[in-house]
Amino acid sequence: MAHADTHSDHHDHKPSGIGRWLFATNHKDIGTMYLLFALVMFFLGGAMALGIRLELFKPGMQFFDPGFYNSLVTSHALVMIFGAVMPAFVGLANWMIPLQIGAPDMALPRMNNYSFWILPFAFTLLLSSFFTAGGGPAGGWTLYPPLSLQAGDSFPLTIFAIHMMGASSIMGAINVIVTILNMRAPGMSLLKLPLFCWTWLITAYLLIAVMPVLAGAVTMLLTDHYFGTSFFNPAGGGDPVMFQHIFWFFGHPEVYILILPAFGIVSEIIPTFSRKPLFGYDAMVYATASIAFLSFIVWAHHMFTVGMPLSGQMFFMMSTMLIAVPTGVKVFNWTTTMWKGSLSFEPPMLFALAFLFLFTIGGFSGLMLAIAPADFQYQDTYFVVAHFHYVLVPGAVFAIMAGVYYWLPKWTGHMYSMSLAKWHFWLSTVSVNVLFFPQHFLGLAGMPRRIPDYSTQFTDWNMVSSVGGFVFGFSQILFAVVVWQCARGGAKATDRVWDADPTGLEWTLPSPAPYHSFETAPEIH
Amino acid sequence: MLNRKVFSALGGLLAAVPALAYDSSYNMPTGVTAIAREVHGLHMQIFWICVVIAVAVFGVMIYSIVAFRKSSGAVADRTLLHSTKVEVIWTVIPVAILIFMAVPAAKTLVKMEDTRNAELSVKVTGYQWKWQYEYLGKGVSFYSSLATESNYARQLNSGVDVTTVKDYLLDVDNEFVVPVDTKIRLLLTGNDVIHAWWVPDFAVKKDAIPGFINEAWFKADRLGRYTGQCAELCGRDHGFMPIVVKVVSKEDFAKWLAAQQDAAKAATTTAPATPVAAAL
Ligand code: HEM
Ligand SMILES: [Cu+2]
Ligand SMILES: [Cu+2]
Repeated sequence: MAHADTHSDHHDHKPSGIGRWLFATNHKDIGTMYLLFALVMFFLGGAMALGIRLELFKPGMQFFDPGFYNSLVTSHALVMIFGAVMPAFVGLANWMIPLQIGAPDMALPRMNNYSFWILPFAFTLLLSSFFTAGGGPAGGWTLYPPLSLQAGDSFPLTIFAIHMMGASSIMGAINVIVTILNMRAPGMSLLKLPLFCWTWLITAYLLIAVMPVLAGAVTMLLTDHYFGTSFFNPAGGGDPVMFQHIFWFFGHPEVYILILPAFGIVSEIIPTFSRKPLFGYDAMVYATASIAFLSFIVWAHHMFTVGMPLSGQMFFMMSTMLIAVPTGVKVFNWTTTMWKGSLSFEPPMLFALAFLFLFTIGGFSGLMLAIAPADFQYQDTYFVVAHFHYVLVPGAVFAIMAGVYYWLPKWTGHMYSMSLAKWHFWLSTVSVNVLFFPQHFLGLAGMPRRIPDYSTQFTDWNMVSSVGGFVFGFSQILFAVVVWQCARGGAKATDRVWDADPTGLEWTLPSPAPYHSFETAPEIH
Repeated sequence: MLNRKVFSALGGLLAAVPALAYDSSYNMPTGVTAIAREVHGLHMQIFWICVVIAVAVFGVMIYSIVAFRKSSGAVADRTLLHSTKVEVIWTVIPVAILIFMAVPAAKTLVKMEDTRNAELSVKVTGYQWKWQYEYLGKGVSFYSSLATESNYARQLNSGVDVTTVKDYLLDVDNEFVVPVDTKIRLLLTGNDVIHAWWVPDFAVKKDAIPGFINEAWFKADRLGRYTGQCAELCGRDHGFMPIVVKVVSKEDFAKWLAAQQDAAKAATTTAPATPVAAAL
């Protein structure tokens, strides 16, 4: 593809055939592959989730063996986190960062190719473990030993898959950092960087900081299992709680890896459709940076029940509560951006607004979970499940969909069906609440998470939740239909796409954006 | 506490909600220990704080969505870029609210961690998939597993309508019997993997970790039967190792304990079942 790169005329010389994709070095092709991969994983993980909701529709075991149920829960989480949300963000980064900073491509195109193509292999490995003796990984996505060490042949497959996902993420992150720091158009100082780029830059640093920690933790699991070490095995003098500390030192920054780019997307969309610049740009950047910093010192709020010393619990309670402050600043800034604006409600804005409301609900339950004495009651119940699904589904996933609906015409050159997209929005937004809101009640009333069957007093809310789950799941087919139709054709999109106030360099390019984005750097004033 | 009064009064305004709070199907139980009631109070306090903030924030959002619509002719005020004053305000006020919440939470936490002066100590061990209770210094020890009826009904396609099963999944063969108004200290550990012992009515949830001994305590002030479940994924039958605590009067407890001790003596020849044999 070096051939294509060296061209500088204004025609798009796309390599053709399968080679275009296998040896892709173009940021748009790679971005597309990431996004499609994420969509496939989203449906796969969604199918697993529907399996879970099917079994939980009523009490009694109807469909699955409890062991298989556990592997559904475990792989649902791994697929959604590492296969759907993270690759979708990387796909958006690939597409949008060069367009937003006025660069021709990502800085390291070959590494870009490599980091994508690792993923299909990683997930093939992970999912093939379902066909090994003992079935898929069933110890929870948190992989706590000693339980995770009891796994059968799925164990090494899961660990290697996680290593590969980690390597892929780190390469993606390096690419983002190098691109943003070196390839900005002249005049684009860091404090003029679009917020999507800012949040991704910070996310990339988080990734580089914590993915190796996860890799270290799972490698120690591997050697404990196969090479007779006892890092986490108490019988050999090891410490199972140490794993949890290491895991959550990765895990809490990881949850911010899953949300910071979403913050960036929403910070692009709300100003556009409010026809008003983002309120408090600098504060938004600093809030993102302080969230990232704080995310390194709150990890043990996932472990309040392990029996930490009192002082430890106090520290992690207070530091966790502190995170609510910069998070609040972001919510207030978005809200004030709409204040005295001139709002219109195209599909990207609808999803961004749903994000604003529903992510905030997840923030409230997060705050409740931070209160250690109360968390003893919440921990490992459906209340936690409700919390993280609120921040991850109408949070991260809705932001991704908002981003796709926002930039899709720029990618394809076509407008999509607004009415179908609105159907998708309303069905999703209503059903996601029917699906997850009752889970707060279930958790408070005493239903533990990760159980395949429950006592009969939990029946009603579980039924409601399952109905919501199925409606939500099937509504997502509409999303695929809208994207597919838009890729095939539709009304011609203008350069600015939206009859609103989109700011940013991407809107100065024609739609669809040319194959090599900015061949000459634009001038920023 | 004053603030608790304020918040429960606030709750009272929403008529039926607090009235149903006890043993409700959508809220935390108030519980039967002083600590549990305190935790419930904290939970309700922070819940109402969140509600108040939500009303304010969502109110502004909804107002903006309604009032500043382009379709009704709203024109954007593009000069509204930032304001140090409001930015300081909405940083400082949340910090103040957080401190207001953190203080009572810290106080409760200190109490929950104070396991001194216990009148009875019981070692609780989690197994895949049952619990063992050893009354320390009393010579009484037994396992507690899912009751047979539930265990039969919960098998895949058992054909049993589980709604007809008494206390489905929340019933055990041997209940954990404790005296009322007595500070009971639990020493928790795990035999194989990590489990967590949780009884919502006592607001006790603590991990039972192999190689560690964790401490927790409760002092129930009401007789009754209280149930809970394992709260840490521990393998295939994690959902099927319930906890049933029977709080009895001190006299009844003394009788029960004596009967157990006699039974244990009578059975010295058939020493307590080894974990391995019993696990299967
Ligand atoms: C205001 C901000 C937040 C606070 C104070 C907060 C607090 C917490 C706490 C204390 C827990 C542990 C609960 C427990 O296990 O007992 C938790 C769990 C979790 N949170 Fe948050 N959270 C916040 C925002 C987020 C965001 C933005 C995300 C991701 C998008 C997130 C994702 C998760 C996940 C995935 C878990 C569960 C992990 C697991 O156990 O599997 N949270 N949160
Ligand atoms: Cu966390
Ligand atoms: Cu368990």
